[in-house]
Amino acid sequence: MTPILSAKGLVKHYGRVTALDHCDFELYPGEVLAVIGDNGAGKSTLIKALSGAVIPDEGEIRLNGEPVRFATPHDARRAGIETVYQTLAMSPALSIADNMFMGREIRKPGFMGRVLRQLDHKEMERFAREKLNDLGLMTIQNINQPVETLSGGQRQGVAVARAAAFGSKVVILDEPTAALGVKESRRVLELIQDVRAKGIPIILISHNMPHVFEVADRVHVHRLGRRLCVIDPKNHSMSDAVAYMTGAKAPEEELNAV
Amino acid sequence: MTGESDYETSVRERRTETPAEFGSRRAGLMTRVQNTLHATPALVPLIVLIASIAIFGLLIGDRFFSPFSLTLVLQQVQIVGIVAAAQSLVILTAGIDLSVGAITVLSSVVMGQFAFRYGIPVPLALACGLGCGALCGAINGTLVAKMKLPPFIVTLGTWQVFLATNYLYSRNETIRAQDIQAEASLLQLFGAKFQIGGAVFTVGVVFMVVLVLGLAWILRSTAWGRHVYAVGDDAEAAQLSGVNADRTLIGVYTLAGLICGFAGWALIGRIGSVSPTSAYEANIESITAVVIGGISLFGGRGSILGTLFGALIVGVFSLGLRLMGADAQWTYFFIGVLIIAAVAVDQWIRKVSA
Repeated sequence: MTPILSAKGLVKHYGRVTALDHCDFELYPGEVLAVIGDNGAGKSTLIKALSGAVIPDEGEIRLNGEPVRFATPHDARRAGIETVYQTLAMSPALSIADNMFMGREIRKPGFMGRVLRQLDHKEMERFAREKLNDLGLMTIQNINQPVETLSGGQRQGVAVARAAAFGSKVVILDEPTAALGVKESRRVLELIQDVRAKGIPIILISHNMPHVFEVADRVHVHRLGRRLCVIDPKNHSMSDAVAYMTGAKAPEEELNAV
Repeated sequence: MTGESDYETSVRERRTETPAEFGSRRAGLMTRVQNTLHATPALVPLIVLIASIAIFGLLIGDRFFSPFSLTLVLQQVQIVGIVAAAQSLVILTAGIDLSVGAITVLSSVVMGQFAFRYGIPVPLALACGLGCGALCGAINGTLVAKMKLPPFIVTLGTWQVFLATNYLYSRNETIRAQDIQAEASLLQLFGAKFQIGGAVFTVGVVFMVVLVLGLAWILRSTAWGRHVYAVGDDAEAAQLSGVNADRTLIGVYTLAGLICGFAGWALIGRIGSVSPTSAYEANIESITAVVIGGISLFGGRGSILGTLFGALIVGVFSLGLRLMGADAQWTYFFIGVLIIAAVAVDQWIRKVSA
């Protein structure tokens, strides 16, 4: 099986600091791949390189086997890679529908849309409602509710729904549960399962080992700017993962190759 | 790993507790009031406007509560109203434009001097004046968006620069109203009056109302309008969502400059002459109208209709108090109180929504 998104030999220097040191990466269709690593291991640089927010100095990124170059997050988004940032990147005073379509609004057909550039609010609301429905979030009653009136978990839900609605190839979630309480975290983990059920592969960056081990199919362990190993959460414990991540234990040989 | 701890196994089995519900709570009265205000931010200034008209109407009677006096308010606020519309756009992006008054007067001087000093045909001179306003705005916008300088500092600087340019270029000369009327009456177009019953309207008043309604439509119904709000709310989030924040900012400042150019044209209509010393207080008055109109100085919240109501509230207070024979300082006193009250309401709306 060819990976849907892969990277080979990525290098990124910030001055004298090497954030990525010939890093490899593979994401296969339909899977949830967790990326774990200690602070400063370079996992967020890796994610930024994949989502277009950082341009690597060396190396190659392939989407569906085709080499791609992203100069901005916009390029990556257009290629079908959606990222849910830790900060969610939403405008709190604007409505759910406005936020879902920010930067890719739908205009009305005909004169009103083409000449006067009027937005098709009805169509955008219908689409937003449908996408929230898909992920079982329809108990959000009013699609015109400002995002700031939602709870943290609901906001995360809207952000994930936005990514799932437009991310045709890959959805990247950066610490989706970091700011949430126990119950809300559970809701977001279920959302991740729902998105995977729709066949969209997910890259999940998280510090929370129980969450990672609950939803991930494979775990990419990042250490010192490169991939240390990829482990199967069914065959390894969380303690193993933490030990690999911190360097307390070296992974067995065959894992390096995966 | 030996003795895999219990929490790991419990995590691996799918947990069954109910996830957080996404339903809505029952809203109390205050919450509902807050939600209504959140959805229609122009409501507060509208209520204040209607109440102040009613109170002055009761206190003064027909002398105030007549079509003539009420339309006089419109004429008195037209310049501030137009400039405040420009100011609203900038403040919605969490910026501020201190140079609006300077752009207004500089544009009017360019229109007048181009027509009289160089003998350029009047329509062309008008276009040059409007272009001058847009250019000034574009300079502000570029400095804010590309150089990442704080809007307050940028426009504090350009305010002085544009105003000095205005005095230097005009050589401090006023073009007299009679000359304009005789040779270039198009410059005074915005002052043209027409009557409907006892009500007196000018082209400038009609322009102000149409401008505000047009901008309100653009802000609500176009992608650009939503981007203005998003950039003001959280520029970084807007950028990550795919909005070109820099281009939106430059667009907003340029449009604000162009609107100030129109205000400069309206200014000639209002005072008849072209004077480099007019409209010097328009920057503070426009900010006052915006704040009383309920637009948040922190950006991203408020409605441009509120700005129009805010400008009218100021007009109603100054005319009403003058007709009552009160000292003009009482106007400033009450406007000051209103500004503080308006900002307090804005903070309250934000707090309840969190």
